[in-house]
Amino acid sequence: MSTRRRLFAVALTLLLAGSAAVAAEPTPARQKELIHMVRQDCGSCHGMTLQGGLGPALLPVNLAEKAAESLVATIIGGRPGTAMPPWHRFLGEDDAQWIVARLMEGFPK
Amino acid sequence: MKCVLQSLLLGCALLVLAACGTVPLRESGSAMQLRGTGDLGLVIERASGHVTLVNTSSRSAYARIGGLGDLSHASVVYSRDGRYAFIFGRDGGLTKLDLLDAYIVKRVMQSGNAIGGSISQDGRIVVAQNYTPGGIKAFDAETLEPLAEVPAEYAPGKFSKVVGLADVPGNKFAYALFDGGEIWVSDFSDPKRPVTTRYPAGQQPYDGLVTPDGRHYLAGLFGEDGVALLDLWQPEKGTRKILEKYGRGEEKLPVFKMPHLRGWSVAAGRAWLPAIGRHEVLVADAATWTETGRVAVKGQPVFVMASPDGRQVWVNFAFPDNGWVQVIDTLSRKVVQTLQPGKAVLHMEFTPRGEAVWLSARDDNRVVIYDTRNFARLGEISAEAPSGIFFTSRAARIGF
Repeated sequence: MSTRRRLFAVALTLLLAGSAAVAAEPTPARQKELIHMVRQDCGSCHGMTLQGGLGPALLPVNLAEKAAESLVATIIGGRPGTAMPPWHRFLGEDDAQWIVARLMEGFPK
Repeated sequence: MKCVLQSLLLGCALLVLAACGTVPLRESGSAMQLRGTGDLGLVIERASGHVTLVNTSSRSAYARIGGLGDLSHASVVYSRDGRYAFIFGRDGGLTKLDLLDAYIVKRVMQSGNAIGGSISQDGRIVVAQNYTPGGIKAFDAETLEPLAEVPAEYAPGKFSKVVGLADVPGNKFAYALFDGGEIWVSDFSDPKRPVTTRYPAGQQPYDGLVTPDGRHYLAGLFGEDGVALLDLWQPEKGTRKILEKYGRGEEKLPVFKMPHLRGWSVAAGRAWLPAIGRHEVLVADAATWTETGRVAVKGQPVFVMASPDGRQVWVNFAFPDNGWVQVIDTLSRKVVQTLQPGKAVLHMEFTPRGEAVWLSARDDNRVVIYDTRNFARLGEISAEAPSGIFFTSRAARIGF
């Protein structure tokens, strides 16, 4: 990871941690879009049923030990050195927080 | 006189018909007419575990079958006679389906997490490639009884996800190890005792293909810019890298979907391959394997598929550009057509001789058919969240 990217990741994590308390819930219409996106597009690698594929499984049991903020940072900023891309072009922090919360409790159909 | 002749003729005709009526055209119990399989195929409906059976001559669906489990990323190979489809589901389900009588012959759960499969040169062995547990498993094509397995244990206790499985001549299968960074070739001459040879590939091979002549195996690399090449006619020479450093050290764009490779990337004497993290199709000379050019396209390519005659290459794209499809003319190496067939175009399949191409538009719940000559829309078929389209013409190809 380059220094710049590392700094970016740290800044992003701080930013997300700071804003977590004031996150707004996505609208019902947006939630529907997010469910579709996670199942279909994240599903390309993580599987439509989120049981994993080229990417790891994202079921509650797989995420139980993880910190929500770091998962949000992974979605927004990606994981350099792996196949996980950053999704900040398509997802805001609120979206990512909502997705992580749903993933951790069992993602809606 | 004329009347008598007519009566005689009529009598003869009736006799002939009566005689015919006693000869069964097919075994009793089947009302279906005799027919071949050359213009049949199926469409995967990924979200609902269904497949729709289709006819490419009438451009219509003729049956729909459910109960196939998780079909996201499902793929299909065919028996030599084109009658039976072997469907590999993401959940590890392997289903043998009869296209003529439209029913499930047999279904087994062969692993926890699968990614595709292949069928041997002699048609007797069906092999599945698995992510969990990482490796390949061979089954008797007739009965789906297990024959053998090759765990992808690339280091003691370390198992790799397997990608890019393809049949190669000699009842062998070539495949790549995503985590292990190797190409493996397993010889199933003795179906219960496969013999495996290992070759280095490079960082994170994401898929592989065999050229239509069965000679070269190519593994596309995700972890580095380049493609690993193995000459199966001279395997003792080992692998080499081609299209190395095509990114020239530039930062890659984020990859929102892994590209796919298959044997139809070879056309007009060149290989047409998706660039990783770039809006480009890479072109390599299929004799020397040196880069001969690039074609700038609308997004990151997922499938780069040549028409059966090799005159056109059709390209679809990763999210968020997956509503577009572009057509490259292989002679001029230029994009000659840009189409919007529908929302989330996941796959394409040419009819056996390529007069038409079928494209699945997942989020529009339909398969759209285009004329490859004038790009006119010829028709469409309803399907629920369609993904892969597989025609029986695959049965006769090497590398599937």
